[in-house]
Amino acid sequence: MSRPLRSFIKPQFIALALILLLNWILFPGFFNLFFRDGRLYGSLIDVLNRGAPVAILAIGMTAVIATRGIDLSVGAVMAIAGAVAATMVGDGHPLFLVIMAALAAGLVCGLWNGSLVALLGLQPIIATLILMVAGRGIAQTITEGFIVTFNDPGLIFMGSGSILGLPTPIIIMVTLAALATAAFRLTALGLFVEAIGVNRSASTYAGLRSRALLIGVYTFAGFCAAISGIIAAADIRGADANNVGLWLELDAILAVVIGGTSLMGGRFSIPMSVVGALIIQAMNTGILVSGFPPEFNLLVKAALIIVILVVQSPLAGRIWYFIAPSRKRPPPSSPAETPATSTEGTLK
Amino acid sequence: MKLLNLLALSVSALTVMGSGAMAQSGLEGMTIGFSQIGSESGWRAAETSVTRQQAEEWGVNLQFSDAQQRQENQIRAIRSFIAQDVDAILLAPVVATGWEEVLSEAKDAEIPVVLLDRGIEGPEDLYLTSVASDQVLEGRVAGEWLVDAVAGEDCRVVELQGTVGSSPAINRKQGFEEAIAGADNIEIVRSQTGDFTRAQGKQVMEGFLRAENGGADICALYAHNDDMAVGAIQAISEAGLTPGEDILVVSIDAVPDIFTAIAAGEANATVELTPNMAGPAFEALAAYLNDGVEPEKFIITESRLYTAEDDPEGEAERRRGLGY
Repeated sequence: MSRPLRSFIKPQFIALALILLLNWILFPGFFNLFFRDGRLYGSLIDVLNRGAPVAILAIGMTAVIATRGIDLSVGAVMAIAGAVAATMVGDGHPLFLVIMAALAAGLVCGLWNGSLVALLGLQPIIATLILMVAGRGIAQTITEGFIVTFNDPGLIFMGSGSILGLPTPIIIMVTLAALATAAFRLTALGLFVEAIGVNRSASTYAGLRSRALLIGVYTFAGFCAAISGIIAAADIRGADANNVGLWLELDAILAVVIGGTSLMGGRFSIPMSVVGALIIQAMNTGILVSGFPPEFNLLVKAALIIVILVVQSPLAGRIWYFIAPSRKRPPPSSPAETPATSTEGTLK
Repeated sequence: MKLLNLLALSVSALTVMGSGAMAQSGLEGMTIGFSQIGSESGWRAAETSVTRQQAEEWGVNLQFSDAQQRQENQIRAIRSFIAQDVDAILLAPVVATGWEEVLSEAKDAEIPVVLLDRGIEGPEDLYLTSVASDQVLEGRVAGEWLVDAVAGEDCRVVELQGTVGSSPAINRKQGFEEAIAGADNIEIVRSQTGDFTRAQGKQVMEGFLRAENGGADICALYAHNDDMAVGAIQAISEAGLTPGEDILVVSIDAVPDIFTAIAAGEANATVELTPNMAGPAFEALAAYLNDGVEPEKFIITESRLYTAEDDPEGEAERRRGLGY
């Protein structure tokens, strides 16, 4: 894997660095870290910790979008998983069983989505819209409309505990991203997923079991959403079926797009989607510490996102090519080109 | 909701006692229809159960209809109440507009309509009266508590606002600011929206704590609802501070979980948004139907302050029973 150093310098990293810098200008204490009660604290840790649920959603979403699909139901699946975990732990079940049940709920939801897409051939946006709407209702039914609170230290640990000085959600996010990247890139799985995204019929004729793979990626997205849902519930020590994960599917899709994965399918990068989620959270955290009036939150966010997407656009790449003539090779026309090359690298 | 804003400014506070000791007679055997919005929040569920309780106490035969957040269901319910020739109708309108036609039908049938909790836009003669809380007053009660609690000492306050642009957020902010306007020692240093949710309340509070010297520079938190306060309390504990002592916590709504926090000393005060809108409505109806007394057009419910001295454990228990 001998790649030029330049290919590691991606627009996403520059965007993240710029936003962190902007946060530092608005709030000079932004990079301060301190250690207390065996845990690191500070705004940077907040970015990672608060970004973890969306980043975990984005990991699953990346795989789905790579097949040219989309999963709108992840926010609702979060609510279901959180509701299952909170009600079961309230009934006194052991922690292991509680987590397994919540994850199983996510897997079932993903399986449902995948079956609608792969077996019935529904458009992914419609197929997952069904669960997006119904899922929150299912979660509300499980919690009977209340915010179900709990005090089980094991479950709370999933949201606000710490491992090796870092909050648990960060550890879960990094582990899941590493495992998922390895599973997709160290095997041919990633290539298969991309092949389905480029042309599903051709992939099927070439011998890929595209139905099973499609069901698999949606199930994986459901699994990731369940993990996010457990973290979100553990964080506030309660399952808030009305609000948890609300609109987070859109943040997850945005994270994937900022990460350079094509919505047309066929190329993806899980680590860059995680970076995308962190960019979004860096903006949110920055807005919180900057002290702007809340009326500007969405405006500031939208303006920054437009800038990030423009900087990453093929047009900006071409302009950069002309103003930097010393470079022999045209820069990647879009940031997502590199993941494809990395696949070739691993296959060689 | 513009209406509520207006009434808050124009109508002097006419408070009505919540419940209990008053003579509850005059409506025995009457049939009253109640078109409820739905059960989207704990408060709404509590309002429904309190209305049922009140109906029982008054000896009213309550016809309940759950609209599941849809105006057309409410309109249908009102038409069916008119067809049944009920004695009166209670309506918690899901939206403010589009009621002229169906309320005119009720008026033609000479059935008085009482609006609960929310107002409508349109001619005032379409309904007998409207029972609602004064959201500006709620904010003012919270602010006045803080002014008393800090007793002249300097206090830097952080504020967790409700959803940007929503009327409770605007009015509760305004009321609090009015209450602290005279106290130069109290200053709102940061104000952000927590969207009325626990998760956002916690996340935004974390931001406040980072930005204000780890929380050392914050003296009090004012949250526009209890849920955000509950989330913020967790953020304060996790930052190594003691909520309720290092940072005073005052919020609005009076849901069971905030009483649990007050009982644990983690929150200091909450202002009740009473779920008992039906009690005052029945009183007004009894006076109107029996003696022809026209009630005030806007009946304001009491915005009562609860602190650790008001039996928080008991309140939490009692409220859980109401379906919060």
